[in-house]
Amino acid sequence: MAVTKETLDRLATPKPERARWLQATLDFTRQRPLGAIGAAIILVMAVVGLSAEWLAPYDALQTDYGAMLAAPSGAHWLGTDAYGRDVFSRVIFGSRTALIVGLGASIIGATLGALIGVASAFFGGRIDLVVQRIMDVLISFPLIILALAVVAILGTGVQNVILAIAIPMIPRCARVVRSSALAVREMPYVDAARAAGFTDARIVLRHMLPNVTAPYLIMLTAFLGQAILLEASLSFLGLGVQEPVAAWGLMLRGAAVEFAETAPWMAIFPGLAISLAVFGFNLFGDSLRDALDPRLRTQ
Amino acid sequence: MSDVLLEVRNLVKHFPVGGGMFGGPVATVRAVDDVSFTVRRGETVGLVGESGCGKTTTGRCILQLERPTSGQILFEGTDLITLPAEELRVLRRRIQVIFQDPFSSLNPRMTIGQILAEPLKVHRIIPEKTARAEKVQELLAQVGLLSQHADRYPHQLSGGQRQRVGIARALATEPSLIICDEPVSALDVSIQAQIINLLEELQSRLGLTYLFIAHDLSVVRHISDRVVVMYLGKIAEVADRTALYESPVHPYTRALLSAVPIPDPKLEASREHTVLRGEVPSPLNPPSGCVFHPRCPIAEPRCSAEIPLLREIHPEHRGACHLA
Repeated sequence: MAVTKETLDRLATPKPERARWLQATLDFTRQRPLGAIGAAIILVMAVVGLSAEWLAPYDALQTDYGAMLAAPSGAHWLGTDAYGRDVFSRVIFGSRTALIVGLGASIIGATLGALIGVASAFFGGRIDLVVQRIMDVLISFPLIILALAVVAILGTGVQNVILAIAIPMIPRCARVVRSSALAVREMPYVDAARAAGFTDARIVLRHMLPNVTAPYLIMLTAFLGQAILLEASLSFLGLGVQEPVAAWGLMLRGAAVEFAETAPWMAIFPGLAISLAVFGFNLFGDSLRDALDPRLRTQ
Repeated sequence: MSDVLLEVRNLVKHFPVGGGMFGGPVATVRAVDDVSFTVRRGETVGLVGESGCGKTTTGRCILQLERPTSGQILFEGTDLITLPAEELRVLRRRIQVIFQDPFSSLNPRMTIGQILAEPLKVHRIIPEKTARAEKVQELLAQVGLLSQHADRYPHQLSGGQRQRVGIARALATEPSLIICDEPVSALDVSIQAQIINLLEELQSRLGLTYLFIAHDLSVVRHISDRVVVMYLGKIAEVADRTALYESPVHPYTRALLSAVPIPDPKLEASREHTVLRGEVPSPLNPPSGCVFHPRCPIAEPRCSAEIPLLREIHPEHRGACHLA
């Protein structure tokens, strides 16, 4: 009897969750090396952004009029800009701005989009029809145009830029999540929840939303790269983050254009940072989509 | 024993087919067409028929998962169809469901404990958290699961265990009526017997009433007190289990029963089989008159012209056949 009880206990104890996560990470790295490279770039960017104060050799705002437009050297690794600010330090602090805006905008945009998509699928019928037509109208504007319109209404600044990028992302995420939610709605466990007399809000939030995390995560990572690019574009156009905050898009405009021939480092390095970040997020996002999409799964 | 718990009156469910934003529906599927029957308190009513005959749709209409086209569903005398949404939500705890597929009927993102505790919380049956955990343990024990199972996710359980969780979830709200929608047809034969026995044991212990939807006639014979046979959205025959299995009046029931194998090779070889011709007609365009006439071995000219009414052929034994 004691043996039976012991065996039962052992059998009943589930494998630790951490081991599963570790295994999943290792599998992902082995099967999708490009995705792992993307993840590594993101990780480096996150660490740099978080510890900018300690990593940057100079303050991002500190001007040095004795070393304006200085070429890359031992003192200023990536040179200085027209105000004598260290480009290397500004690129490092810029990654923080990019991450804040990118993460903020994609999390807000994808989450609101997912909520709208799931609710639209759950209620169906006329509500679904109306919501989806509104989403179609919003989708018909290119990302940048809609973002420009939002900035024009709200004004510039980091918070407004986050909103301006999040809003055009909502309909894109809503549409993708809705299609998954339509399948989830037909699952017997959703019927069981309805038969049990649960409220609509509970069914949407507890039973449907957690089961569309795969498309949600895919949209989220896909948006991250786009959001960073969009932030850079808005800042470049002078409609995003404002001086003197260190932001990559901002570093490309103004004096950088003027001195493009004599001091190309002012534009090259922030440009490289943008490309690298977007490249990293896109690689990771693509691989994550492949890994999470059961139709593309090879095993 | 004779008081009626559930009465289905002239239930009709039509599904529109096609039609876009502007055009009306092109056709209608007559999934359930004028179905009436009663379920008495404490009994098990078997609802049988081929796939597509409308038995599951009938169950879904009773559960109010589908909005019936017309008819009444009286639960203890209250019509569920006209009940205001909030009152219906409260009443839902009295009618529960066990689904066919134990793999998709449990939310994969919730632990078994959460799944079982949720209805207790929502309906404020046990508002206090520790007491709720105790009730979950009690429910698990009731269906023969271990207390450790509460912390597991559905994918960590076997099909039979999951079906037990499905039963425990149905029991959580202390219902009077449980709609069992093919609760064993997705399980292995050995597990089927366990689940059937569990359902019977729970019924006698808790005084439950079952509407048992199935296509397996031997399972239905085992568990049911009365049996309703459906064909193409209509009721073909209603009778006590013994009467139905021993002296069926409707030719469709006879054909169904002759398709059930007898576990004795000699008997099986010697008996006569009624094999039906053709396929089940489309419910989009059901045959005129008796819906069964194109496949009926004894059909007469009047069968294709007149719709047979469900009438009492023997006491407590009703059939919808002109020739019975």
